[in-house]
Amino acid sequence: MSVFHFELRDLPPEAEAFRDEVRVFLREALGTRPSVRRARSWGGFDPEFSKKLGARGWIGLTWPKKYGGQERSFLERYVLLEELLAAGAPAGAHWVAERQSGPLLLRFGTEAQRERFLPAIARGELSFAIGMSEPDSGSDLASIRTRAVRQDGGYVVNGTKVWTSNAHRSQYAIALFRTAVVPDKKHEGLSQFLVDLKSPGITIRPIINLAGSHDFNEVVFQDAFVPEDMRVGGEGDGWKQVTTELAFERSGPERYLSSIALILALIDHVGADPDARAAEAVGRLTAQLMTLRQMSLSVAGMLQAGQNPNLEAAVVKDVGTTFEQSVPEVIHALMDLEPTIDSGSDLQQTLGYLVQRAPSFSLRGGTREVLRGIIARGLGLR
Amino acid sequence: MSELGTLLSDTITRLFNDLVTKELIESAEKGAWPDKLWAALEEGGLTLPLVAEAGGGAGGDWRDAHTVVRAAGKHAAPVPLVETIVAGWLLGQAGLDVPLGPLTIAPAHRDERLRLERAGGGWRVHGTATRVPWGAAAGHVVVVGEGGGGTIVALVARGAGAVTADRNLALEPRDTLAFDGAPVVAAAPARVDADAAVLFGAMVRAAQMAGALESLLEQSVRYATERKQFGRPIGNFQAIQHNLAVLAGHVAAAGIAAEHAFVAADRGEPRLAVAAAKVRAGEAAGLGAGIAHQVHGAIGFTYEHSLHFATRRLWSWRAEFGSESQWAQALGGVVASRGAERLWADLTTR
Repeated sequence: MSVFHFELRDLPPEAEAFRDEVRVFLREALGTRPSVRRARSWGGFDPEFSKKLGARGWIGLTWPKKYGGQERSFLERYVLLEELLAAGAPAGAHWVAERQSGPLLLRFGTEAQRERFLPAIARGELSFAIGMSEPDSGSDLASIRTRAVRQDGGYVVNGTKVWTSNAHRSQYAIALFRTAVVPDKKHEGLSQFLVDLKSPGITIRPIINLAGSHDFNEVVFQDAFVPEDMRVGGEGDGWKQVTTELAFERSGPERYLSSIALILALIDHVGADPDARAAEAVGRLTAQLMTLRQMSLSVAGMLQAGQNPNLEAAVVKDVGTTFEQSVPEVIHALMDLEPTIDSGSDLQQTLGYLVQRAPSFSLRGGTREVLRGIIARGLGLR
Repeated sequence: MSELGTLLSDTITRLFNDLVTKELIESAEKGAWPDKLWAALEEGGLTLPLVAEAGGGAGGDWRDAHTVVRAAGKHAAPVPLVETIVAGWLLGQAGLDVPLGPLTIAPAHRDERLRLERAGGGWRVHGTATRVPWGAAAGHVVVVGEGGGGTIVALVARGAGAVTADRNLALEPRDTLAFDGAPVVAAAPARVDADAAVLFGAMVRAAQMAGALESLLEQSVRYATERKQFGRPIGNFQAIQHNLAVLAGHVAAAGIAAEHAFVAADRGEPRLAVAAAKVRAGEAAGLGAGIAHQVHGAIGFTYEHSLHFATRRLWSWRAEFGSESQWAQALGGVVASRGAERLWADLTTR
């Protein structure tokens, strides 16, 4: 049994040179912002920022030039992502489109779909949402019931998607619908579609999160029409494709860097000469951060080499989200500090923000339980 | 991995599979010196991977040595192989010849200082080093001490100091050596920091822990697929599966953290990476051993089962050459003194 393979990766010189370029850009584009704003990171939705990034050619960095990409390496893209996350850049307007919608179209889309959508994504003009979960289907994704029924040149869709982040401010979603009911074979009969969120028959309703913010939505389809040429891949190929898409979703550095703004705020707070307890807390967090970066980089190296690191990505996400969620705990154990919303120091507000965000880290993109199931399968236990 | 690394890895795995049996470890725990194992390691060129070929070594780098160190931890090899590797490197970087036979390093604690004083044409060593691995059994002790206004690496023969024998939880020798002007075989100014014995000792312990954790995962997965309760292998139960998934995460984290430290050593800047590795592997040791024992149930708690060869070592190794709290304080102190705005830049400079 030697299923896990985390090989140490060195970044090539061109990736390190690119890092300097990215840092200069981010300093100019973002300036100095309080930690509580940096903590929002790719949860921050700023179309202007995404357009600036697109103007630099930094959305879809690895994509073919004919679709607006730069044909650069996955390791250079990795450097870009980790710099955006470390800086807490408001990258949410293009994050999903760049991470999974675009790559999905590159792999499974038609030439017409690629030509239509990829250049616009690369310019930072098109935001995408993900239509997977439904009211009765979360971790058991293959049990979805939203139906797409063939009718004159397309499909008529009825059903409901939930937890659809940014549906209210995105132009498109890539959604998974049931195109056929195959008794006892729930993984069959699923297909993926490009959905214009402004189409008639689609109602988007906010779902307010526990902190009072509006990120995700309920998207209701009532006889909504999706043209046939908006189907992604073959009819019935949805499950295979969505698994690929989830691998894109799980493999990035955003799965361990969600709390970095809080760590940096803590280091500022304890000062240059901390007492032993504070030094130990900072040291333990740094040790985790250094280790997870090497693990995450290793997964990026596997992607670059054309390997399929689904298992390793699941390990990094499980270990990474556990770490992200531990940061508020470390602070509570260390000092007398109340998390706040409006008042208090920047550290208190950052803590207040992340304490309320943290539960989602091990839910979004596949729950901790789903990931551990994937890891157990890799170990030969399932 | 380099060609040499692959060769070392294949050789050491074959050798340990053949020779490091349950019986061998048990007899070593009763105090027997495994001379056949040691002879095979020396013959295979595995004891001095970092020493130049002209000096009788394999001429490799730390990353090559890493495979040997990790395997030593995985197989619970009851010999001072990793101490010999560090000792050989310390001698080599000071330009000293490396003797044959098992070596060890001192001091093993950050707050212990050994002094070297000139005596005639040579040096004499003063001071006490506690819990030196195989301090009595090793043919020579390589001391990193203070002398002549700098740091000195000195080679001290067996028997030069007074020995108080002791052992760790895994019944590996951990002897106190008291030097009272003991003669030194050879000495030279070091090109390493004064705490080099502790620093590199921590680095090899981190990699040994990663190896032992790998063994825990393999044993636990095997047991979970073989052991049946309620009519099915216990590995079918989600509670067991998820615990083993957590263990797998710790194995992966400890492994890459340790290897990263060895690569940093090759670049000449191992301090922060060693601190991180010792902290991360130490945390994994405690949590991982807990899971492995829970999965194994009562049988894993017996002396008859071999699980404890790994877990008792993990419980000791995490505290040797500096505990997690000590290394975390050191790491956190550096990070805080450089400031938040430097952290990410530092993390990404290799």
